[in-house]
Amino acid sequence: MNQVNRLAKGGRIDRGRPLTFSFNGQTCHGYTGDTLASALLANGVDIVNRSFKYSRPRGIVAAGAEEPNAIMQLGATEATQVPNVRATQQALFDGLCARSTNPHSGLLSTIGELFSPMIPPGFYYKTFMAPASMWMTYEKLIRKAAGLGRSPREIDPDHYEHSKQHCDVLVIGAGPAGLAAALAAGRSGARVILCDEQEELGGSLLCSREMLDGKQASVWVAAVVAELAGMDNVLLLPRTTANGLHDHQFVTLYERRTEHLGDRAPEVNGQQLARACMYHVRAAQIVLATGAHERPLVYAKNDVPGNLLAGAVSTYIRRYGVVPGKRLVVSTCHDDGYRAALDWAEAGHEVVAIVDARERADGHWIEMARAQGLNIIMGSAVIEAKGKNRVTGARIASIDVARFQTTGPASELSCDTIASSGGFSPVVHLSSHTNSRPVWREDILGFVPAELPGLTPVGGACGVYALGDVLKGGAEAGAEAAIGCGDTSASIDLPDVERLKTGEALGLYQVPHEKPTLRAPKQFVDLQNDVTAAAIELATREGFEAIEHVKRYTALGFGTDQGKLGNINGMAIAARCLNQTIADTGTTIFRPNYTPVGFGAIAGRHRRDLFDPERYTALHEWHRARGAKFEDVGQWKRPWYFPSNNEETMHDAVVRECRAVREKVGMLDASTLGKIDIQGKDVREFLGRIYTNGWEKLAVGKARYGLMCKDDGMVMDDGVTTCLADNHFLMTTTTGGAARVLEWLELWHQTEWPELDVSFTSVTDHWATMVITGPEARRLLAEVTDIDLDRDSFRFMDWRVGMVAGVPARVYRISFTGELSYEVNVQAHYAMHVCKTLFQHGDKYGLTPYGTETMHVLRAEKGFIIVGQETDGSVTPEDLGMQWCVGYNKPFSWIGKRSLTRPDTCREDRKQMVGLKPLDEMVVLQEGAQIVFDPQQPIPMTMVGHVTSSYYSPTLNHGFALALVKGGQKRIGERVYCPMTGGVTHAAEIVSPIFYDPKGERQNV
Amino acid sequence: MFYIHCPYCAEQRSEEEFHCMGQAHIQRPENPEAASDREWGEYLFFRDNPRGLHQEMWVHAAGCRKFFNVARNTVSYEIFETYRMGEQTSVTAGTTAHGREGQVEQVHKVRRVRA
Amino acid sequence: MERYSVFGLIKHALSYHENWQKTWRSPTPKKEYDVIIIGGGGHGLATAYYLAKNYGVTNVAVIEKGWLGGGNTARNTTIVRSNYLWDESAALYEHSMKLWEGLSQDLNYNVMFSQRGVLNLGHTLQDMRDIQRRVNANRLNGIDGEVLDARQVAERVPIMDCSRNTRYPVLGASWQPRAGVARHDAVAWGYARSADRLGVDLIQQTEVTGLNIHNGKILGVHTSRGDINARTVGCVVAGNSGVVAGMAGIKLPIESHPLQAFVSEPLKPILDTVVMSNHVHGYISQTDKGDLVVGAGIDGYNGYGQRGSYPTIEHTMQAIIELFPIFSRVRMNRQWGGIVDTTPDACPILSATPVEGLFFNCGWGTGGFKATPGSGDVFAWTLANGRPHALAAPFSIDRFCTGSLIDEHGAAGVAH
Repeated sequence: MNQVNRLAKGGRIDRGRPLTFSFNGQTCHGYTGDTLASALLANGVDIVNRSFKYSRPRGIVAAGAEEPNAIMQLGATEATQVPNVRATQQALFDGLCARSTNPHSGLLSTIGELFSPMIPPGFYYKTFMAPASMWMTYEKLIRKAAGLGRSPREIDPDHYEHSKQHCDVLVIGAGPAGLAAALAAGRSGARVILCDEQEELGGSLLCSREMLDGKQASVWVAAVVAELAGMDNVLLLPRTTANGLHDHQFVTLYERRTEHLGDRAPEVNGQQLARACMYHVRAAQIVLATGAHERPLVYAKNDVPGNLLAGAVSTYIRRYGVVPGKRLVVSTCHDDGYRAALDWAEAGHEVVAIVDARERADGHWIEMARAQGLNIIMGSAVIEAKGKNRVTGARIASIDVARFQTTGPASELSCDTIASSGGFSPVVHLSSHTNSRPVWREDILGFVPAELPGLTPVGGACGVYALGDVLKGGAEAGAEAAIGCGDTSASIDLPDVERLKTGEALGLYQVPHEKPTLRAPKQFVDLQNDVTAAAIELATREGFEAIEHVKRYTALGFGTDQGKLGNINGMAIAARCLNQTIADTGTTIFRPNYTPVGFGAIAGRHRRDLFDPERYTALHEWHRARGAKFEDVGQWKRPWYFPSNNEETMHDAVVRECRAVREKVGMLDASTLGKIDIQGKDVREFLGRIYTNGWEKLAVGKARYGLMCKDDGMVMDDGVTTCLADNHFLMTTTTGGAARVLEWLELWHQTEWPELDVSFTSVTDHWATMVITGPEARRLLAEVTDIDLDRDSFRFMDWRVGMVAGVPARVYRISFTGELSYEVNVQAHYAMHVCKTLFQHGDKYGLTPYGTETMHVLRAEKGFIIVGQETDGSVTPEDLGMQWCVGYNKPFSWIGKRSLTRPDTCREDRKQMVGLKPLDEMVVLQEGAQIVFDPQQPIPMTMVGHVTSSYYSPTLNHGFALALVKGGQKRIGERVYCPMTGGVTHAAEIVSPIFYDPKGERQNV
Repeated sequence: MFYIHCPYCAEQRSEEEFHCMGQAHIQRPENPEAASDREWGEYLFFRDNPRGLHQEMWVHAAGCRKFFNVARNTVSYEIFETYRMGEQTSVTAGTTAHGREGQVEQVHKVRRVRA
Repeated sequence: MERYSVFGLIKHALSYHENWQKTWRSPTPKKEYDVIIIGGGGHGLATAYYLAKNYGVTNVAVIEKGWLGGGNTARNTTIVRSNYLWDESAALYEHSMKLWEGLSQDLNYNVMFSQRGVLNLGHTLQDMRDIQRRVNANRLNGIDGEVLDARQVAERVPIMDCSRNTRYPVLGASWQPRAGVARHDAVAWGYARSADRLGVDLIQQTEVTGLNIHNGKILGVHTSRGDINARTVGCVVAGNSGVVAGMAGIKLPIESHPLQAFVSEPLKPILDTVVMSNHVHGYISQTDKGDLVVGAGIDGYNGYGQRGSYPTIEHTMQAIIELFPIFSRVRMNRQWGGIVDTTPDACPILSATPVEGLFFNCGWGTGGFKATPGSGDVFAWTLANGRPHALAAPFSIDRFCTGSLIDEHGAAGVAH
């Protein structure tokens, strides 16, 4: 397509660097410096989308973040698709590939038009109810119409960065106020971050008609930006949107780092750049220089392509050298609306009329327009646009704003563009992210930010529009912010600005039509969501009176533009319908994000391997080399089982590993168990309070199992604690519980018993633990250690220091398998050596590595619990039948003790741990199977417990299980049932939970 | 995201380094066996849940691992004071009602970063 | 009350929609009611509706300090399911589910209850044990559910990364087909409209400032619009329960925490079910408008600010990208927070109090929206009869002293 609307000269585009892009499959041309929107307008594209609800043709309305219509699907490949990009905020690059998110025309739009009278707001609440069974079918059809763009179906090839920043002064927005603020703060020596969402710093000055120091405003911008860029205490971030303001002056900035360069982030020097970066900024002072959004006027058919914001018309002409039409009608109610007409006329195109709703006006721009002989019609407004796919005319009439009616006959002006301006709304969004409500100011006809500590709104963001005042306010705020941070203020010389004469603006939020609102052609308030003035009126008629109700009932402001264009008009219309003031009606609260932010950018690098740390033991590579399958336990990767070859199933591997341990010798890497080094003269007392059992008499050289409860009496962790010296103990915890237990110990020590002399250090990663277990364990270990392993000198539950494989080791004789076991602890970096040495010696004994699955089978055969599997936060030590581990007579009321005597915890029919032996010996009950006494009971059945652990035991040659069963400890020998999916019910007998070697003889050999 | 002054490290750090542990100054009964079920239940589970000034306990989990107390407004999220275990806050509903004119230093105030 | 239907829409279209009635009245409060319900959220409005409809108590006022349905009803992720572990909670939520299933017709207001199913993913072997346990319990309680393996999950949600390449691979899931989502605002409005029709006074913009208690009995409430009398008062104010309880000198085992959520920009349909993962911490569904709705975990501190901390959002986003890496270029539109009233056992409190005639319905934590109809019906019965409904009885406040907690987070590990 040709750039039919491009001016021969002017604008900030680089005509020497042409670009090619495609829109809906058509090849188009533009220049470096264009946005996608300016390029589309240059190419004469009128219709960029169809509207969401009524499928009406829509064109570009705005030039910035407030654009509701030009919502594009970007991306040349599947993996680089980006949904819902606002064309006004997307820099043009060569090869850019854009599509309308809702391109359909024809049939759908006819249907939309035809049925539009029947789909007022909330219509779906009122229908699709009969017959009830049809709703899911109706919904399928509704969903077909859902959505704007589409998600990519392939994985994003790009990556995203996060950057933490601290600064004294964060200036948000680099228009006149922001530049002045940054300059003042920067010269004061404060550490400054200046961000702006646009491609170029400068904001409104980049296309201003006003002169600074008698020169184009952009000259001043260039000088200031150059000075700021030269300061090492200033960070300049163009293309960076402050998208969220959070508590305690934490601001997230979204930098579109390479989105202006191409579909994919480019490589530079072999390094793939990040596509975007999220800055997490903590700012001592924030200067909010976000400017103001122009309000469109709400009149009939104001959505037809060719209806634009007056300011956008100026921006396209002055900044991009694009005149989006031939014949212009301006409709406004304040002075600034005239600028578009002046720019249009200067571009050599015809201004048909300026229609001003005020009775009289004589400001600077008006005088200039008069001087140029432009046709000005006072006391009137455009009440209706003509045309379907493009404006063909404007119906104008004289109006009475106070009485909300037209006062004379309408006449029609022929034109192809209507530029409207209803005034400005300060961009207060960020200021309300922490829930403070903006305040209405009738004098500026806008909401301004509520007072917030640490945040200073300046310029348009607080309703100051005269350029001289904007610059001055910005400079003062910047200097004060710097002083607030302890810097000495440095003054800046502000450029000379002519103070322009301005007339009073008129508040006009909906233009009256000859017909009442409900009967007039559609007057759009929120273009993206197809919310009309009639919809708002209807909502209030139906009793939706709170502004939040109006918003939710009509979907006003719920689009991706979040009501930047329509909200204030919508609230004002609601206020009029309810006969209230705007101040009484109030505004809704804006939420982050200011403009949408990519999921990937928010997630940052935390994907895949970096989603959560992976923790490996010192033997991880050895396990991998042995072909281990791994299980996630907390953050750890633990060997689950070691298939001996590619064919061996898990079942076969576990049978083999179990047999090896029971018959020969096995090795388990138990390094992941939490290890906490505890020192101090009061450790015994402390342990006695934390654990359920007693620790007074544990001698040096001895180890003991301990059970830990929360103060509600429920088991929270367990493990073996060893007495290394009188004031020195080593506690082990479950793998997943290590950090929790350490914090738990610190909690009690620091908050309740600071008088106890104890201190805690995590040593989990310092030690590697290899469990050597099985009948051959002693003979194997004896080959590689100088420790006397004689059964009477190194007894069960003893520990010894010595050399193992030539390195210093602590060896504990404790057992989680029921077999003769030695747990060899060495410093982690020796682990690989020790492991290899053990296996060099171990072959002849049949040494077999085993994983967590075999560990679970072996311990369950012994009735040993796994906290988190047998327990779930509702199980007491007594429920587990572990009264042997409860010190009822300890002098201190240990953590959890008191709770055991509450009415519910001392019930005799609590669910208690038992063993289950399936009647069919080959059945392995499902872990998680529910247990009933009466298998014949109809549903709902009375459940009396569940299976917590269940395995096939190669040693016993039958399935067996641990379970919690109501009153189970007194029901040994009784029969229970597990009704399963598919109608099968397994019967089992309640037995002791200790299935193997109940007297513990094998570990004592 | 909160900016919390750890009274032990004497530094402002981001919330990510901390965990909130709930209401501060909960005293475990001296003699649990003497407590009634109701008293024991209240100690275990019943907590103040004020809309406004709240004293809560935090732990500098990814820092010095120390527990400390925070006087914070649960609506504005303003932190008035952080103080060590065993200390009492000087903040009362009265002082916070005066807002920023009160005598309490606004410790959450983000301090200047350059020395 | 005018019946809503497609014919009504046509009729009104012909008269330019000029004749629609008010959805509800704006009555001046009477001096006295039989029952006052404090709180005009979904639960309060449902309570009022069922009081009038099922239990014949129509002299009822709902007093709301803001606008109807303006609290958590307006701020949740709209998930409805009943696959809870313990019998007590399963019964309550299943009661609710059954009411959901006919709610649009019952209210003549389309609440868009969409039974598109909910997947609760398992990522560890223990997750899978817990899922088996919960689904088995559900089935024996008469609640639909099945356990899916990773392959079946992948078939159901092909866009999810169910490969072994993720940090915590999906091992399987529980699947409740009858679960789904509903249109949250419509629930409040539908109940409000029907309750109003049955004579209930909905009194908005009126704050309860105190309780009138005499000799241990409730006599009424003080409000910003004067005193209103009633011998039965039900308090259904979620996150603000502690504040109202304080007016009666009652302490509750409740803490109010921020719970955050966010939505993407609207997308063409891509996800037709609800996916929840407790392990990587996030849950997601797609609305009929096309927004992906994502829920986060609870923030760790007490807060009434209707906002939480950014790291919570960030971590949730990481979980979503981990599960759905194709969403990396999808963009987040808006985030917000609600105030959830959490109890130590993640189960609600439906209870009488030491003050005769004063009842509390609170502590729903993250489970409030899905419980709306059931909670309303059970609480309405309780208020009408002056004693707890059978389904409410286990949820008495006394359980925190006797120890008979119903620990849903400990046992099932299913949030929300």
